[in-house]
Formats: sequence, C-alpha cells, structure tokens
Amino acid sequence: MDNFTVGVVVFPGSNCDRDVSWALEGCLDIRTKYLWHESSDLSDVDAIVLPGGFSYGDYLRCGAIARFSPLINALDEFVKSGKRVLGICNGFQILTESGFLPGALVANKNLNFICDDVELDIVSSKGGWFNNVDEKQTIKLPIAHGEGRYHCDPDTLKKLVDNELIALRYKKNPNGSSFDIAGITNEKGNVLGLMPHPERACDEIIGGTDGLFTLKSLILN
Amino acid sequence: MDQFAVKVFVRLRPSVLDPAGEATKSASIKLGAEGIKSLRIGKMIEVKIEGNGENEVREKIDLLCDRLFANTVIEDYEYSLEKL
Repeated sequence: MDNFTVGVVVFPGSNCDRDVSWALEGCLDIRTKYLWHESSDLSDVDAIVLPGGFSYGDYLRCGAIARFSPLINALDEFVKSGKRVLGICNGFQILTESGFLPGALVANKNLNFICDDVELDIVSSKGGWFNNVDEKQTIKLPIAHGEGRYHCDPDTLKKLVDNELIALRYKKNPNGSSFDIAGITNEKGNVLGLMPHPERACDEIIGGTDGLFTLKSLILN
Repeated sequence: MDQFAVKVFVRLRPSVLDPAGEATKSASIKLGAEGIKSLRIGKMIEVKIEGNGENEVREKIDLLCDRLFANTVIEDYEYSLEKL
C-alpha cells in the first residue's frame, strides 16, 4: 500500500483540510493529495476525505452549494466502485445534502456553536471504520459545530437501525440529534459521515488518539 | 419570452424543531408581545426568470425548489408567481 493516496477535498471555506492532511501524513505516514473542488479527475486517489469547515460560507444550507461542484458530481462513480469516502463535520453535511447518506443536519437544539470533547459509543462495525473489538466500546473525540443535529423521518431511522448503519452515538447528546446519532454509514459501508473530528484526536499531545483508527481505516479495501 | 417575478417560501417541516424560532418567540414575549402561540422562521427567495409561458417557468422553479432551494428531508416549499 506504499502508493495509497488519500484525496483531501478543498472547497472555498474548508478549514480542516490541512488538519486532515497533517494527521494522515504526519501521524500515519499515509500519502495525501489536495483535490480542488473544481476537479473531477479522481483517478489518482484511492480514498477521499471531505473535511470540515464552511464550504461556500454555509450559504443557503450547510453543504447545499458544495453538492453542485464538479468533484461531488464525480464522487458517485467513486463510491459505486467501492472506494472509501469519509465526510467529517461539513463533509458529513455535504454527504447528506448530496444524497450519499440519508437524513439532514440542522441547527443545534440549544443554538450554541458547541466546541467540546464528547464520549461516543461505537454502535456498528459496518465498513470497519472503528476498532470495536469489545461489545460496547467508547471513544472520545472533539466536536465543533453549530449545525450538527441529525434529523431524519421515523422510516429512515428504522432503516438505519435495522441495517446497522448507525456508526456512532453520543453518550450524552450535546445537540439534540435524533437517537443521539453522531455518525452513519451507507449500506455498503464504504461511506462514513460523522460530526466529530477524528483528525483532531491523533496525537497525545493534543488530547487523545481515538481518531487514529478511523483515519487509518481509509486504507482498507 | 415572458418575464416572471417568483417568490419562493421555504419552511422547516412542522416535525422539525426550529430552535431559532423558539429563541425569537422567547424574545418576543420579553418585548411584551402577548398571545404568541407559535413562531417559526423560514426563508423567502425572490427570483426574476424568463421563459415561454407560465408552465415552462413553473417547471424550472419546481426543479430549483426541489433540488436546491429546499432540502425536502427537512423543509417544505411553496411559491407565488407574477407575470411582469
């Protein structure tokens, strides 16, 4: 896997792209390549991260404008081919807006922008994104969002539960998310969207390493 | 070509909690306004658009509302249309 390259997408307004690249290159020795949102050539990357931030200034709705970028248009084929896509925070919002994941992310219940460490239960091992060898494992990751309240209709929620698509649930719900949902996968398991930031938990010196496993799992086939 | 002025209203679905609406309701009560039973905040989008007649313009606006202006997972929309 020496040549395995993770594409880190850069939209106008992305602000976690360099953090993701630092975590992958500096902590995990995984090669990365920045992908400008106007590019639709994904031929030389093996996995993709949609990083956090405020793509297009969060205009209209978070992730709503990013959905129409050439890169997101090209993502459909990439996902269908089984390659892995990780959407973090604004990346998760883009994945729901563009229909790769069900539901939507709306304003936090208490209207606060929440910047905190949260404890999360790993609910599903689908896609191998988390290291849950134990029956019920808990990890701690930072969150930083104003619009992270996951919402979906009851039928979609049932489908998420029945098909084990809920990856992470907050132990103590910070934002009013339905069913305490913090992250979900698609049915195949190769797309993960989550509000917490694994790239900000990759070194003890900044408070923890619980995010390493998820980033490392980008190189799974 | 006819020109139309369209006003699109986008609202959170009734089942979706509107914390900004709740906060504004609370402030309205603090201002002394009485009798407010509910307050919800939406968006209004004004579009000037050309097309061959009302039907064609409605088709375009339907597409815009459904695919861009509203996220139908959480929002409903309606619009009014006026020929200029």
